Amino acid sequence: MDSKPSDPGVPLRPSVRDALKIVIVGGFGVGKTTMVGSISEIRPLSTEEVMTKAGVGIDDPSRVADKRTTTVAFDFGRITLDAHRVLYLFGAPGQQRFWFIWDQLFSGSLGAVVLVDTRRLEDSFYPLDRLEHHRMPFVVAVNRFDAPGPQPSLARVRDALSLADGVPLVECDARVRDSCKSVLITLVRHLATLHDPAALQEAAQ
Amino acid sequence: MSPRPLDLDGPDRLYTVTGGRSRADDAALDLVTLVVAENDPAPGMQSEHVAILRLCRDEPVAVVELSSHLRLPVSVVKILLLDLRDTGHITVRHPTSAAATTRLTDLETLKQVLVGLEAL
Repeated sequence: MDSKPSDPGVPLRPSVRDALKIVIVGGFGVGKTTMVGSISEIRPLSTEEVMTKAGVGIDDPSRVADKRTTTVAFDFGRITLDAHRVLYLFGAPGQQRFWFIWDQLFSGSLGAVVLVDTRRLEDSFYPLDRLEHHRMPFVVAVNRFDAPGPQPSLARVRDALSLADGVPLVECDARVRDSCKSVLITLVRHLATLHDPAALQEAAQ
Repeated sequence: MSPRPLDLDGPDRLYTVTGGRSRADDAALDLVTLVVAENDPAPGMQSEHVAILRLCRDEPVAVVELSSHLRLPVSVVKILLLDLRDTGHITVRHPTSAAATTRLTDLETLKQVLVGLEAL
């Protein structure tokens, strides 16, 4: 039985009293962990949650012996914003079988970044559907890999994903800190515009 | 990229850590609830309780970070934390979003987040 803690890394400031969340969601291998690692002040950490597939008694760890239980691992990092606030970034697996972790990750989140690989656009359909279902505000970021050949324009991506006009769609390089920072700023600015009654009305239509 | 799996020794260990208990009130703790130790570990305490108190002795640590450092699932860590809270060994700082009645974060908080991000 090994419960020796790992290296806790860079500690939070003692004055921090409020933690905020942003969720980065996307398909396998799209660059979620890379994005978290590019901008986090700590090396990305990983942990997991155990739940029953049926979603019943989901908080009951005595059921871990039950064959219907399943485990989902997720990565996270953080950014200290000021003396009192820290922002946590969660990389959430987008596959349907991990839906049960989403409620926990989304609960109280500012919003979400949907990270997209244009070679596998279909991986984004399910996350987009769930975000809309949860009424979680989001932006979409196309992670431009060093893929050979031409890549589809943002207009084509918007069309293929059936994104509403009001949803910001940007390009990024998940390996580059400034690029990730820019994506997060786009999200937070988008959230601010949703406070505008006209924007709200538009979103409701 | 596949996240590193935690080196769980299997269900038996998780069962032992919590004494097979579950708690209905573990929704009281968010993934990012910050935990602060209020005193040192007492003699005879369960090793996981001791480890938690050591990790958050000098500064707050989020539930999810404790889970990662202890290599225990979040739901198990929440049970251990509620034990410690009930016995006065820790205090918790809930995220303000937990008390929010609307989905949308308030503008003042968003402004502060923007200032923080732009200063990176």
